[in-house]
Amino acid sequence: MTFFEKFYAIFIEKGYYTLMLDGFKSTIIITLGALAIGFVIGTIIAVIKYFGDDNKAMRPLVWLCDLYTTVVRGIPVVVLLLIFFFVIFASSSNGIAIATLTFGINSGAYMAELVRSGLNAVNIGQMEAGRSLGLSKLQTMRKIILPQAIRYILPAIFNELIALLKETSVAGYVAVIDLTRAGTLVRNNTYNAVVPLTLVAVVYLVLVILLTRLLKLLERRLSNNDKRRKS
Amino acid sequence: MINVVNLEKHFGGENVLNGINTEISKGDVVCVIGPSGSGKSTFLRCLNMLEKPTGGKIIFEGDDLTDKHIDLNAHRQKMGMVFQQFNLFPHMTIMENLTTAPVLLKKRTKQQAQEKALELLSRVGLADRAGDYPAQLSGGQQQRVAIVRALCMEPDVMLFDEPTSALDPEMVGEVLDVMKELAKEGMTMVVVTHEMGFAREVANRVLFLADGVIAEEGTPEEVFNHPQSERLQSFLAKVL
Repeated sequence: MTFFEKFYAIFIEKGYYTLMLDGFKSTIIITLGALAIGFVIGTIIAVIKYFGDDNKAMRPLVWLCDLYTTVVRGIPVVVLLLIFFFVIFASSSNGIAIATLTFGINSGAYMAELVRSGLNAVNIGQMEAGRSLGLSKLQTMRKIILPQAIRYILPAIFNELIALLKETSVAGYVAVIDLTRAGTLVRNNTYNAVVPLTLVAVVYLVLVILLTRLLKLLERRLSNNDKRRKS
Repeated sequence: MINVVNLEKHFGGENVLNGINTEISKGDVVCVIGPSGSGKSTFLRCLNMLEKPTGGKIIFEGDDLTDKHIDLNAHRQKMGMVFQQFNLFPHMTIMENLTTAPVLLKKRTKQQAQEKALELLSRVGLADRAGDYPAQLSGGQQQRVAIVRALCMEPDVMLFDEPTSALDPEMVGEVLDVMKELAKEGMTMVVVTHEMGFAREVANRVLFLADGVIAEEGTPEEVFNHPQSERLQSFLAKVL
């Protein structure tokens, strides 16, 4: 049998395509969910650190944020995932939700540094202008500083998204059937490794290529904006 | 309106302001001149607490702004500020630049804010640029928009921090004209400036800052035509 005949036999005749589709869906849900959670956590930490630099009352908060970043960045995401699934949420069996949360918390630690670099790239005069109009620190942050910061770090957020997508392939460790896990199950059931693993690899590759394309498009649009703005 | 009492500001070991006392009354147009590094900008930025004084008091409309428990944001709404670098919000259109603060602070509804903004914009000759982004405007136009942005909050006093220093020479006039207009209408203004012609023509009082103190002050006539101290005489000799 050629590769394509085997492919047809496994996924269409035996109907394993539904399993692969389910895995694909889980991978997408976990990735996007984790990105959202990571972005929210990262933004909160970045804002706390931005204001905490010259505010003594916020020291404990800053310390907590540093602790979070240190701990999360120091533990492999697989270990984190196992701890969340088998220890912290041992009573729950919703693997997808736990995986999403874990990857989100993991991503948040990296996103925090990212957002912070964006905030610091915004000219200090912008904060002063906002405050001089009578806006509070948080109002100025929300309306004036953050929108500009996000513009600066959009490409980096996309890179984080790509990394996250591939990282989620370890979700199978905790009984989640993601894309990778689905491939493994097909391999086990059909005693064929080449076909399912090739498919899994190709799907990741195509997704990453698509995301990279999207990023390029986005970057070009942003730089066009800047040119328009400078003229 | 603003009472400055023994204002001091130290950065680390450096003394920038060494006890400034002055009063700014309603309708005053006070120009602050002096050599660079004399503390002019720091003095101005202390007035609305963008710079926290290390000593002394700023009494604005009866309230001490250096008091820790005061609602600074509420008072800043009544003190417009114009910066050397304009500091317009680059991600917003001109109209959004002008209406964001009034709407967010519930001074006006969005529609009222837009009407007010358009009215003020047309007075500085920029009504047709409301939909543009700041970077599409020249420096002089941006600074005029920045003045309008402050005016949209209907402040009781306007603070200008070297508003023409970052401008190409041919654009200085258009900004100064707007400021003269404002002064004529009776706006209380504190202007840090290197434009001696403007100070002479528009100010009713000139403060000469040197080494963090008011070394000399008086009417433009007194300061420019009859300088008393040697510091001021040598400063004027250099800039006039």
